[in-house]
Amino acid sequence: MTLHRLASARFEEKAADALADPVLQGNLARLKGNFLRRRERARASLPEFDALRDAAVEIKSHTLDHLDLYLEAFEDAVRACGGQVHWARDDTEARGQVLEICRAAGARTVAKGKTMVAEEIGLNPFLEAHGVEPVETDLGEYIVQLAQEPPSHIIAPAIHKNRRQVAALFNARHEDLADRAADDLDGLLADARAVLRRTFLQADVGITGANFLIAETGQTAIVTNEGNGDLTQLLPRVHIVLAGIEKVVPTLEDAACILRVLARSATGQEMSSYTTFSAGPRRPDDPDGPDAFHVVLVDNGRAALLGSPTAEILRCIRCGCCLNACPVYGKVGGHAYGSAYPGPVGAVLTPALAGLDETRHLPNASTLCGRCEEVCPMRIPIPKMLRHFREEEAKAGRAPAAARRGLALWAFLARRPRLYRRLTGLAAGALGALGRRRGRFARLPGAGAWTRDRDLAAPQGTTFQTRWSRGERP
Amino acid sequence: MVPGRTAVNAREAVLDRIRRGVGRGKADEGSARAAVAARLAARGRCAPPARIALDREAPVDLFAGKARTADATVSFVARAADAPEAVADYLRGRNLPAAAAVAPHPDLDAMDWRAGALAVHRRAPSETDRVGVNRAFGAVAETGTLVMASGPESPATMNFLPETHIAVVRASEIAGACEDVWDRLRAAAGDGAMPRTVNMITGPSRTGDIEQTLQTGVHGPKHLHIVVVRED
Repeated sequence: MTLHRLASARFEEKAADALADPVLQGNLARLKGNFLRRRERARASLPEFDALRDAAVEIKSHTLDHLDLYLEAFEDAVRACGGQVHWARDDTEARGQVLEICRAAGARTVAKGKTMVAEEIGLNPFLEAHGVEPVETDLGEYIVQLAQEPPSHIIAPAIHKNRRQVAALFNARHEDLADRAADDLDGLLADARAVLRRTFLQADVGITGANFLIAETGQTAIVTNEGNGDLTQLLPRVHIVLAGIEKVVPTLEDAACILRVLARSATGQEMSSYTTFSAGPRRPDDPDGPDAFHVVLVDNGRAALLGSPTAEILRCIRCGCCLNACPVYGKVGGHAYGSAYPGPVGAVLTPALAGLDETRHLPNASTLCGRCEEVCPMRIPIPKMLRHFREEEAKAGRAPAAARRGLALWAFLARRPRLYRRLTGLAAGALGALGRRRGRFARLPGAGAWTRDRDLAAPQGTTFQTRWSRGERP
Repeated sequence: MVPGRTAVNAREAVLDRIRRGVGRGKADEGSARAAVAARLAARGRCAPPARIALDREAPVDLFAGKARTADATVSFVARAADAPEAVADYLRGRNLPAAAAVAPHPDLDAMDWRAGALAVHRRAPSETDRVGVNRAFGAVAETGTLVMASGPESPATMNFLPETHIAVVRASEIAGACEDVWDRLRAAAGDGAMPRTVNMITGPSRTGDIEQTLQTGVHGPKHLHIVVVRED
């Protein structure tokens, strides 16, 4: 399986760049807390929130256990509505199918609603290379498309840009609309609205993603705030839905349950502005809607996760909540991860789909603090999976030599409790005496990687084990 | 690539991978299919939030409160015949011209649109219409959400193209939870088939994509106004 533009091998270098970029740090600081505070408010105002999470987990787990049967049911239902279903084993097949549909429709311009799968399979550069122009219509996605960058957050793709950077991008590309103050937010919005309206009206094909595929009815569903996904599918002649195979749920009632946790986790809203269910092409008497409706079901490594130690990541509903909670994401931003899926979910999903060869840094880019699992509406045990990948890495002998030597030394000592106690007792005593005055070390031989960015707290002089054996209790 | 052949192969290959992954033996095939069929037929609901039950007497108030929280405006009229006047009032209050595209819905036919000195066009909206009036299929009190069902009488574009979107809904059509509206939709279709587009709408179009600053009207309507008709 291939993930498009995979650059996770350069995580360390890109993370260092991100930390050294004051503009990015300022933009990320704005994110910090904002989303999470709103999520916490939404959660607090719904006493049933945690019970709904449990119900949502049950729905996804049951569906994944019967995924083949629900996909077959979904396919039948889409056909009954007059739509077509295409299956893609990998990114190459998925791109090929989209291009084939575009060509059959004689398409020159494609309006795109937000779809993570399109980013995953590298759809835009492929369409461009074959003479079809894709235009992102979600405001954040449009901004990063103008900047020729990948999105940096699942639900806020341009979170790394400030208004002046956006204004500069618009000024460079919207020659005929530049009559506004450089950083006037309303002006920027009016600009984007005018330009993208033309796209909706001109586009031959509209491509959206899917938050849900409803097996019962054959509907696909998208959840948005802007309404761009709606104009994308209502105005062009052809509507293509790109969806990962794990998006299917049995019934509308199941979608309703997950919807109750989705927006609250993503933005802290009770409902996003628009939740739209689409079934097939327009009906004979309909005044609007597409003439043709296609669903491309993308595997690209997902089916292989079923029954594996990382199968539970398939429950993910892409709310982005774990990104907002993650202290690492909050400092390095999305681009460092070098994948369509950044943050904690990406640190699992990217190696799960693409293998550890190029992605071994990602499972290590975590403090295992557990906040991602704590906030995840689908209760995905992300830290457990990160540890799983670290184990795989160690087993394959891929961990860096220093880490291997350090761990081997520790394991040697840990198997010799008396020696361990003696050595740690000596070290704690010595470090405690050395650091007594300041309580911390700004520099310490052998701990340079730690003290380069922060102080090391000095031990208090005795080890936990010693104090415990003395009968001290917290 | 030979499309037909590849397509069949891809479908079988993906389904095979899934079957291997879920690890279901031949012996379990029958019970698995039965479980799936039963689940699809049961349409089981999750436990609804208590606030719906608390508000069973007055879902209309809960609906209006939630819709306002989502930045919609709401006005009430006693009779359907008063809806055009409410629309005209709203447009005057916002200093908008008294002109609108009005969906060709039979309920809206019965209203006297000259009442508010409104210039109305009974059709799907065009690019130049600034105001669109549509008939909602129902509404959800739990979240202040409108449910619009597309069809010849209720164009889906009416909900997105005009800058100002006005929806007319009857108080009796406001349900506690969206699951109640699903049941009505299924019943309306008869055979369980859904309209091409079902739009659940909670407030106007919004974005926070620039500096997380909330802005309305990025692609869809800047303003959403709801007229609730109290009579049945």
